[in-house]
Amino acid sequence: MGKVKCECGHVNPHGTILCESCGRALTEEAKKENLVDMRYEGSARRSQTYNKTIIDKVWNFFSSVKVGIWIIVLILVAASFGTILPQEFYIPSNVEPEVYYEDVYGWFGKIYYMIGFHDLYNSIWFSALIAALGVSLVICSLDRVIPLYRALKTQRVDRHESFMKKQRLFAEQTGSLQEADMEKVRAELKKKHYKIREKNGSLLAEKNRFSRWGPYVNHVGLILFLVGAMLRSVQGMYVDELLWIREGETLQIPGTDGEYYVKNDQFTLENYEEGEDPEVFNEAINRVGTVAKNYQTDAILYHDENNGLPGAKPELSEVKHDDIQVNEPMKFDNFAVYQTSFRQDEMKAMHFALTNKVTGEEFGEVVVDLFDQQEMYDLGNGYKVELLGYYPDFDGFTEEGEPTSKSPLPNKPAFLFNMISPEKPDGEVSFVEIQNTMEPLGETTYKMAFKNLETRDVSALTIRKDLTLPILSIGGIIFMIGVIQGAYWNHRRIWIREKDGSIYTAGHTNKNWHGLKREIHTILEGTAVPEPEDRQTD
Amino acid sequence: MSDLAGLSSTLLYAAFLLYLVATIFFGGSIRQKGLRESEGLNRWGKLAITVTVIGFVAQLGYFFTRWAAAGHAPVSNLFEFTTFFGMMVVGAFILIFFIYKTAVLGLFALPVAIIIIAYASMFPREISPLIPALQSNWLHIHVTTAALGQAILSISFVAGIIYLVKNIDQSISTKKTKWLETVMFFIVTVVGFIIVTTGFALADYSATFEYVNKEEAADVQEYNVPALVGPNEGVLVTDGKMNPLVDMPALINAKKLNTVLWSLGAGIILYLAIRLIARKRVAAIMQPLVRNVSSDLLDEISYRSVLIGFPVFTLGALIFAMIWAQIAWTRFWGWDPKEVWALITFLFYAAFLHLRLSKGWHGEKSAWLAVIGFGIIMFNLVAVNLVIAGLHSYAG
Repeated sequence: MGKVKCECGHVNPHGTILCESCGRALTEEAKKENLVDMRYEGSARRSQTYNKTIIDKVWNFFSSVKVGIWIIVLILVAASFGTILPQEFYIPSNVEPEVYYEDVYGWFGKIYYMIGFHDLYNSIWFSALIAALGVSLVICSLDRVIPLYRALKTQRVDRHESFMKKQRLFAEQTGSLQEADMEKVRAELKKKHYKIREKNGSLLAEKNRFSRWGPYVNHVGLILFLVGAMLRSVQGMYVDELLWIREGETLQIPGTDGEYYVKNDQFTLENYEEGEDPEVFNEAINRVGTVAKNYQTDAILYHDENNGLPGAKPELSEVKHDDIQVNEPMKFDNFAVYQTSFRQDEMKAMHFALTNKVTGEEFGEVVVDLFDQQEMYDLGNGYKVELLGYYPDFDGFTEEGEPTSKSPLPNKPAFLFNMISPEKPDGEVSFVEIQNTMEPLGETTYKMAFKNLETRDVSALTIRKDLTLPILSIGGIIFMIGVIQGAYWNHRRIWIREKDGSIYTAGHTNKNWHGLKREIHTILEGTAVPEPEDRQTD
Repeated sequence: MSDLAGLSSTLLYAAFLLYLVATIFFGGSIRQKGLRESEGLNRWGKLAITVTVIGFVAQLGYFFTRWAAAGHAPVSNLFEFTTFFGMMVVGAFILIFFIYKTAVLGLFALPVAIIIIAYASMFPREISPLIPALQSNWLHIHVTTAALGQAILSISFVAGIIYLVKNIDQSISTKKTKWLETVMFFIVTVVGFIIVTTGFALADYSATFEYVNKEEAADVQEYNVPALVGPNEGVLVTDGKMNPLVDMPALINAKKLNTVLWSLGAGIILYLAIRLIARKRVAAIMQPLVRNVSSDLLDEISYRSVLIGFPVFTLGALIFAMIWAQIAWTRFWGWDPKEVWALITFLFYAAFLHLRLSKGWHGEKSAWLAVIGFGIIMFNLVAVNLVIAGLHSYAG
């Protein structure tokens, strides 16, 4: 494609609006304008130059900031819809979402569910919007940063007066530059950290050009962040498991391929107590009732030395003790184990005494471990208790009179005992549930008297591995650097030129014009150099 | 210990009063003729900013004495957070003031801060112990940075609203005047809320209802303002108090709705009273106050505040938030409503910056955007905590 040669001799890329070197307008439109559009220094952007092939068209579409803004706004609006009702992952897990939304929120909930807003952030169209944002970020940045870099690198000190005349801050005055004035101006400029270049009686003072790269740096950070977020779906990058573990239990840690085991030594729930905790909290404790102070699992982490040996039994070696609290996860390898939830006082074992109903005499105690029952409990001297049936979550009887259990969890345990004694060697059958005893096969001499209940807490631990975190962190850091670079500094330039008996001064900044005007004022004060005026007023 | 807590409240009152006084001084400073941006501050202006700074120092005193009393930074419930946010608005104003030396900014920024602090004090004020999820240094880092970011962005709103008050033609009724009046009405309604709540609190109003909650269990609710709407199947237990006009279904929090209705009612009455007495739009009443300030300067202040506030907000409300969420909630992002609204705020200001840079949305358009941005911040503070309520609803 043809290059554009400027009168000053510089060869510009095709599509250039203002000569990269001297600043002369190269297009007819630019020649007509009163003020030049300085946003990208009038450089040749691909999107403004080519529009033939399908690639050009896609490029041009996504290179438009207008399109980018539309994508941002669409994401913003879409995201807000997802907060009207709770998302699927925040509703109780024991209810079908289909039923839940309609039950709780009526017709609105039903529609919300039907159009898929209950899982909006995982929907294809929402992901597509995010992807579009990513594409827009890449193309917008590339379309601008390269030509802008070229233009700022090639700019010459003695810009053509037509360029200066079309700057927002500009002044022209007949006369010539006095060396004494220039000395003062140079000193002031240096004090304000400007870099000064001079050539043929022209001066260009420039500072903070790096702030122009801020937007592109932060876009790189964002792209990295989005890439990191995408990598989560790659096998092995991400683990998210929940482990319910009872006090005393040792379980394999899911997600570690059997390499690690954890033991729950003890679970503790502490509340703030009046008298024990600082007095200033009393008022709050009184108003609210109970305020939780600590949830903690005393955990022991084990490594299975036989992991990987097929068929071998696990051989656990202790790695470490750790108190897992909220905000204090246990860490190993790339895993973190978090305190997520708990269930207090799950029934562990029940104690019964085989008792003569008439005399009240006891013939020994039976301890039924609700997780590990025996078929027969031998109490000696001919007394035995046979466990005919165990119903951990007793739910009534079937039509045939069979007891049923609705889950394997010991929420409401019931037992069918056969009590064997010297008098009744065949045994007597008793059906025992909490606070209720039945004798389905006729009245008995003995009963299983409830003595004691052992309980223990169950702790819920979340096991998490996320190898995308380093990428996300780097993305985040780069983004912040870019945003700060672009926001907290301004790229400022001041041109002073003498030509044919006239002095021209002009100034440009990418933002914060008041600051530049004040700075120029102090720099030129007390000299004969004319102070540029703002030609864009309210 | 409780002495410290007492001292802390006193300092907060002092700060509140000083902000009021400073507002009056700022009013005085712009009434003087001929104050142009280039001329610097007059005596009133200097007095005003001095009082503001003293007030700010007093509020810092409140903050640190309360911190000492509680053993953790006072940013852990809605009262503390909102008060801190108000303090940061004053801080951000002081920062921007020393860059641009514009007195009229104080005349609008301080009342905004005063209303925010007054609003904060409508919530339970006792020092609360930290629940496990909040026991982390990230509480201090995340919350303070997020609040500071939001506060700086709020200054953009203040400059924007002054711009609109100054530049929207009040001689005819247009869509613009109506929208600006809507903004004014919102502000008046918040004042209405404060008046109603404070009034009934001073009168010790309390009416208890027994009702059936949304889990279909029996529950009790205490009203501190007379019930216009009652809870689901509510029965008034307290003698001699007003019976509600209508009961709400269980899904709706009748107590909160009742407060909203009272605030709206008070807001409408107040607003109409102002309009009737002045026979002008609220914005038109304010217009003479801002005549002398340069629109161009306001536009720059508004934009500059966004430029300064945006990185701080991003750092505090998104990046620090994600780091802490990863530690406390096991994942850095979970689409919790508060998180989503922080993201929406971020995206909105990102759009603002892009519109300005490439579409040339300066002046009035930019000012409207600043107003909408503040609306989003307020929505996140008020509605998301009280209405939507996800993981962030520690207060209530």
